[in-house]
Amino acid sequence: MMAKLSLRGVRKRFGDVDVCNGIDLDVADGEMVCLIGASGSGKSTLLRCMNLLEPIDDGSIWLDGSDISEPGLDAQPVRQKIGIVFQSYNLFPHMTAAENVMLAPRRVHGHTRDALRPKITALFERFGLGDRMDHYPDQLSGGQQQRVAIIRALAMAPEIMLFDEITSALDPELVGEVLDVLRDLRQQGMTMVLATHEMGFARELADKVCFLDAGRILEQGPPAKLFTAPREARTKAFLSRVL
Amino acid sequence: MSETSHKPSAVAHAATAPTRRELYEAGVRKRSNRVALLSTLAVLGAIVVLVPLAPGWESVQRAFFNGRVFAATFPGLLEAFVLNVAIFAWSAPLIAIVGLAIALCRDTRSPALFPLRLFGIAYTDVFRGLPVVLVIYIIGFGIPGLGLPRPWNSPYIWGTLALVLVYSAYVAEVLRSGIDSIHQSQRSAAASLGLSERDTMRYVVLPQAIRNVVPANMNLFIALQKDVALLSFIGPVEIFRQAGVYKSLYANFTPYVGAALIFLALTIPATRYADYLMNKQNRARR
Ligand SMILES: Nc1ncnc2c1ncn2[C@@H]1O[C@H](COP(=O)(O)OP(=O)(O)O)[C@@H](O)[C@H]1O
Ligand SMILES: [Mg+2]
Repeated sequence: MMAKLSLRGVRKRFGDVDVCNGIDLDVADGEMVCLIGASGSGKSTLLRCMNLLEPIDDGSIWLDGSDISEPGLDAQPVRQKIGIVFQSYNLFPHMTAAENVMLAPRRVHGHTRDALRPKITALFERFGLGDRMDHYPDQLSGGQQQRVAIIRALAMAPEIMLFDEITSALDPELVGEVLDVLRDLRQQGMTMVLATHEMGFARELADKVCFLDAGRILEQGPPAKLFTAPREARTKAFLSRVL
Repeated sequence: MSETSHKPSAVAHAATAPTRRELYEAGVRKRSNRVALLSTLAVLGAIVVLVPLAPGWESVQRAFFNGRVFAATFPGLLEAFVLNVAIFAWSAPLIAIVGLAIALCRDTRSPALFPLRLFGIAYTDVFRGLPVVLVIYIIGFGIPGLGLPRPWNSPYIWGTLALVLVYSAYVAEVLRSGIDSIHQSQRSAAASLGLSERDTMRYVVLPQAIRNVVPANMNLFIALQKDVALLSFIGPVEIFRQAGVYKSLYANFTPYVGAALIFLALTIPATRYADYLMNKQNRARR
């Protein structure tokens, strides 16, 4: 079966550092893939390459069988299909939560606020934020802001969602509410790629875990196998540090 | 700031009772207020006593602080100041619009629009590099000199245009620094949602950038209010020129002092307010 998203030999350099050094990865439709690895191993960069926020230097990225990494290709339609949520939320501070969520559907799809409001309200309520729609980001807790950021990405009805350590900036007691959102999405069959330090979560829900080391996927496999019987010494060393 | 030790106190304080630290700080504040007041009074007292001892004081007082002349000219000065306010009122919005346009020109990235970018750079370099009064002379005298029909030969119009051209360059630079201050992650977030560069600028970057530079722009507009007086060199009878007329009429400099007071009545509150906004913003950023 053809993968939903495929990376073939993806390379990305910053200066003279190979941040992605020949990445091959397949994400099947409805699959959840977790990227783990030490800080600086290239997880964020890889995710940013996947939705073309960073142009790649070599290799190719395929979405539904078509090459989206063709230099000069218009990135906008691709980004509408691949949503991303960042570690630092990156909400627009001058807009309410609801305005944050509606901006892209209004400008890109040309919907009106009135037409969007019921759908958006349903999303906010589904993620426990029904009474926070008209709050500004600085009036929300970290966990609430991160859930708004997820809703903002979902409002564009993406086919794939990328999550870059979305719980790392949160106080421990707020991590749970954001992971619950991911569980919900998983149940709905959303195709997801996560960079994460939540090993327990990856073990529980991932279909596939990839261990990144110095810009390469050193080892990948189902969580049961990778967490209990890692093949590579470096994977073992990393897991013994974080587990 | 010193770290106070928080030893468990045996006495339970009522919620409203001031803490030891608050009492101490209130004492310090009171003492420093007293010192500031005393030293200010001492300096003012010295000025009041010493200045009249200067040999030329009598004549200066007669020439600059003449109560009779002041009373006779002040209403006329106020009336002339209405023209300053009018010139300010219609140039300020133009400056905001042209300044924004120039800032956006400088921020364009596509190669097809490179000429615009070049224009933006040349514009800000030229108009920030010239004395305002020189631009007013060149445009205010030069363009009416082309022999245009009324009302297009009015120095009032072309002088104001000169102000707009110069101040737009400064406003453009301030706006550009505001645009640069918006973190790249905001643009990333907008791009990741599929927003175009244009929409990203208009809905995400600009509203935040403009808000960040409100205090800096207020300072520019305060400077503009003062520089309107430069138009007096090419014709319009605004307050400065009116004061000059009165000076000749009464052979006395008091009208200039009156004009100065009118300017200050407007610019000092505005400056204080801009400072207040600036401080508030700095505190919020920390
Ligand atoms: N925009 C950039 N410019 C230069 N170097 C970068 C940039 N982004 C990331 N890097 C570098 O790439 C490496 C990988 O970073 P990153 O993808 O953020 O790793 P991770 O998310 O796994 O911590 C780091 O050494 C980082 O310093
Ligand atoms: Mg990262």
